[in-house]
Amino acid sequence: MAVEKLFKDEATEEKGERARMASFVGAMAIADLVKTTLGPKGMDKILQSTGRGHSVTVTNDGATILKSLHIDNPAAKVLIDISKVQDDEVGDGTTSVVVLAGELLREAEKLVGSKIHPMTIISGFRMAADCARKALLDRVNDNKDDASKFRLDLMRIAKTTLSSKILSQDKEHFAKLAVDAVMRLKGSTNLESIQIIKKAGGSLKDSFLDEGFILDKKIGLGQPKRIENANILVANTAMDTDKVKIYGARVRVDSMAKVAQIEGAEKEKMREKVQKIIGHGINCFVNRQLIYNFPEELFADAGILAIEHADFEGIERLALVTGGEIASTFDNPESVKLGHCKLIEEIMIGEDKLIHFSGVEMGQACTIVLRGASFHVLDEAERSLHDALCVLSQTVNDSRVLLGGGWPEMVMAKAVDELARKTPGKKSHAIEAFSRALIAIPTTIADNAGLDSAELVAQLRAEHHKEDSNAGIDVITGTVGDMSELGISEAFKVKQAVLLSATEAAEMILRVDEIITCAPRRREDRM
Amino acid sequence: MALAFDEYGRPFIILREQESKSRLRGIDAQKANISAGVAVSRILRTSLGPKGMDKMLQSPDGDITITNDGATILEQMDVDNQIGKLMVELSRSQDYEIGDGTTGVVVLAGALLEQAEKLLERGIHPIRVAEGFEISSKMAVDHLEKISHKFDFSATNIEPLVQTCMTTLSSKIVNRCKRSLAEIAVKGVMAVADLERKDVNLDLIKVEGKVGGKLEDTELVYGIIVDKDMSHPQMPKQIEDAKIAILTCPFEPPKPKTKHKVDIDTVEKFQTLRKQEQQYFDDMVQQCKDVGATLVICQWGFDDEANHLLMHRNLPAVRWVGGVELELIAIATGGRIVPRFQELTTEKLGKAGLVREKAFGTTKDRMLYIEHCANSKAVTIFIRGGNKMMIEETKRSIHDALCVARNLIRNNSIVYGGGAAEISCSIAVEAAADKYPGVEQYAIRAFADALDSVPMALAENSGLQPIETVSAVKAQQIKENNHCCGIDCNDTGTNDMREQNVFETLIGKQQQILLATQVVKMILKIDDVISPTEY
Repeated sequence: MAVEKLFKDEATEEKGERARMASFVGAMAIADLVKTTLGPKGMDKILQSTGRGHSVTVTNDGATILKSLHIDNPAAKVLIDISKVQDDEVGDGTTSVVVLAGELLREAEKLVGSKIHPMTIISGFRMAADCARKALLDRVNDNKDDASKFRLDLMRIAKTTLSSKILSQDKEHFAKLAVDAVMRLKGSTNLESIQIIKKAGGSLKDSFLDEGFILDKKIGLGQPKRIENANILVANTAMDTDKVKIYGARVRVDSMAKVAQIEGAEKEKMREKVQKIIGHGINCFVNRQLIYNFPEELFADAGILAIEHADFEGIERLALVTGGEIASTFDNPESVKLGHCKLIEEIMIGEDKLIHFSGVEMGQACTIVLRGASFHVLDEAERSLHDALCVLSQTVNDSRVLLGGGWPEMVMAKAVDELARKTPGKKSHAIEAFSRALIAIPTTIADNAGLDSAELVAQLRAEHHKEDSNAGIDVITGTVGDMSELGISEAFKVKQAVLLSATEAAEMILRVDEIITCAPRRREDRM
Repeated sequence: MALAFDEYGRPFIILREQESKSRLRGIDAQKANISAGVAVSRILRTSLGPKGMDKMLQSPDGDITITNDGATILEQMDVDNQIGKLMVELSRSQDYEIGDGTTGVVVLAGALLEQAEKLLERGIHPIRVAEGFEISSKMAVDHLEKISHKFDFSATNIEPLVQTCMTTLSSKIVNRCKRSLAEIAVKGVMAVADLERKDVNLDLIKVEGKVGGKLEDTELVYGIIVDKDMSHPQMPKQIEDAKIAILTCPFEPPKPKTKHKVDIDTVEKFQTLRKQEQQYFDDMVQQCKDVGATLVICQWGFDDEANHLLMHRNLPAVRWVGGVELELIAIATGGRIVPRFQELTTEKLGKAGLVREKAFGTTKDRMLYIEHCANSKAVTIFIRGGNKMMIEETKRSIHDALCVARNLIRNNSIVYGGGAAEISCSIAVEAAADKYPGVEQYAIRAFADALDSVPMALAENSGLQPIETVSAVKAQQIKENNHCCGIDCNDTGTNDMREQNVFETLIGKQQQILLATQVVKMILKIDDVISPTEY
């Protein structure tokens, strides 16, 4: 008797080999999709959203590409997830992690085809990943104590990261921007305090780092456009009509005269509030919320610069930069900490007026102004810069550095290969496969650059057979070169995260022998 | 279709809209039910044991879960068949009762159903089969009691507990660092356990996960971690010797529950109201300050003004903390949850040695650690891992390990794992069967066969020859009279589970056998399935 229907109508179930096949194919498809963006000569992708306006994004950032894909294959979703996590954790290497996981699965598929049990493959992969990590640890460089060398390391990492992005033309310039910005953070990984303002127009080269703070807001009417030695009060308070917050309160009057009285009282209240604020001895007032015309006028009369509607991040940063506190009540002027800066002025970038705070006390925050020909360029530039900033801020905390250009992969592959030779049993096949997957990354880099990858990788391998080789692929000249001379470096933390999460993801997908898909939830047609 | 006729030959309508319902009766119904049950258990069969595979489940919303936890698989599987649902319930009740062995119980039930089908084909009445199973399950449970070991552990010697938790964890994806996770689980349970009463309240162990980092970074925090940050960005990020006021009232003007209106009709009223309002905020903050609190944790939000006043008076605060977390904080710090500002007193404050905010990764992710609490009876297990699915699976695995540790504290009897207990029971039941007069004898023998299926599945999943291995182990057990022989899943060379340190809890095993038998009995007793056809 046939089994009765076990699942709901549209639910599907895939078992054993078929399930494994489905997840391998899905994962590899995703890996192949982003593969061509890897390396300094990687290509970009155009993403068109299905939403209103069909907005277009041009990018070669793995995480951004994968985030915007609508995927149905469950295994592919695992890969997208690791790329997202990589982005959150270290910010860079989002493409590499997916490519490595895809290559691991490609190798695993071959092994499964030759009748090796997935569990054996997994235990081989685990040994290999451990060994690879140790190999990296052995070869790291740590220049934490030497400030100038460390800065050089940072510059190199920034350049390496940026060289695969749209900014590669001006990587020297942007690397300097990024390093300067990160050094100002003094070890914190909070990138919030680096503000990036995008303004279309000009060329990428015109982008600059500003030591002060730039607020993309306008100065109120009739107020001074330039203030020296400013005392700034950063506030988060209602400056429209100050509502009575007691629940259930409402105004009920019986004559027009009363309305006028109450209105007068309200006005009086606002005037008092403004007086109190002025009483702080300030000449600049920045509020998160709106400032209505009436108080604005009062401020203008007192010669105070009032800026309205600076959003949460704006005031938080401003508070951080100027050293003031964010105030919401104004009854004790003596104890409120005010922010200070040397000069506030309105500046023009392109056609827009911005407010520039310079000569601030706390040097922690800064602003990077990006200029570029179009919004797409600016968006991509921002993403690239963000990647670089993430990597740098992580490197400041964990100052271990590796060489780049496929060097770490070759070092790992060599160590893993040696392990494979020593390991008895079926596991050694899996370990060998792991090293092949690692080599796939320099191969892809070379392929993307239009080089003869087979030849180059073979040369590289031979180079690495010597002790302490620094050889990697020099994409610009298309030969094998010395990476330490070329100044190509990568952060250890990024490489380690790539290695570990790619292995974890591959392991996870390998362990699956059955996929059960529930019936998709019905959506009402909104058309 | 069942039709009844009266004396004139006219049909009676017994079921409403009879034609539109499908109906299965008698032996057909039983067979259909059995095959559905077996189909469910077959899905889980490959997940059993340390070499078991995972299942990937895609939910109706497209979210992915990868797991080999029986209860989770079945719960998310969207089963439509009625008998299938019974199996889901079965696994869930094992999860609620014991927390571990959710896969094993379904596999056992499936095996029992398979055996029952054979007996039904021979013409044995289902009730007799069910009774036979009932008798044998009692025998098996008694036998388990006999072969169980008491093992000793104490607050200082937790090694045996760790070993048992490792057995549980070894079947999960986290087996890479099962040792450290098992230690974390055991230490966590020991921290909250009440060894006198032999009870553990697992609610006191909070399992919190955050993507990023490695699995090895998973840690046990003797305190609470809250996924929140300070309400004002400029409040101090670290507070030592914190005195915590735990509030369930918002920092906002009161909202009486009775409907009321405050009418403003004169300027004076407007002004008094305004003063009143300022007074409220001031009082609230002052009251917190007066009792000596250095940190305020609030279940609700703050008004901007209150927020600034708090900041101004140098009183760090956390807002929007969930109810469960609030309770945990109260337990951990020995404070009391205070519903009104007026009721704040110094005694009601909680105490913690260190409260700090910690940032993760490149995004604005911050968490609040409350450590060195006055009463360390609440702990948090903080899981890190490469991706979301990994964290979820680790959470489930840790939960299983916690349950196992708890069960051991409740009842420190263990049996040996790796199928050893099942084989031993099978031998005992088989031997007893021959002494039993009546038809039940066949059912009892079938039960013994069904018990073999668990080690069989273990062997199969580990890539061993199932029949050969199980029969060899069985022979060894009888020959050496050693009930510790099981399946050598990890290829370590010995199949003495005592040497391999593979333990399972006695109550877990007993519960598995009892629950599986009960469900099978229930399924066998059904002889009529009436279901509405598609509408």
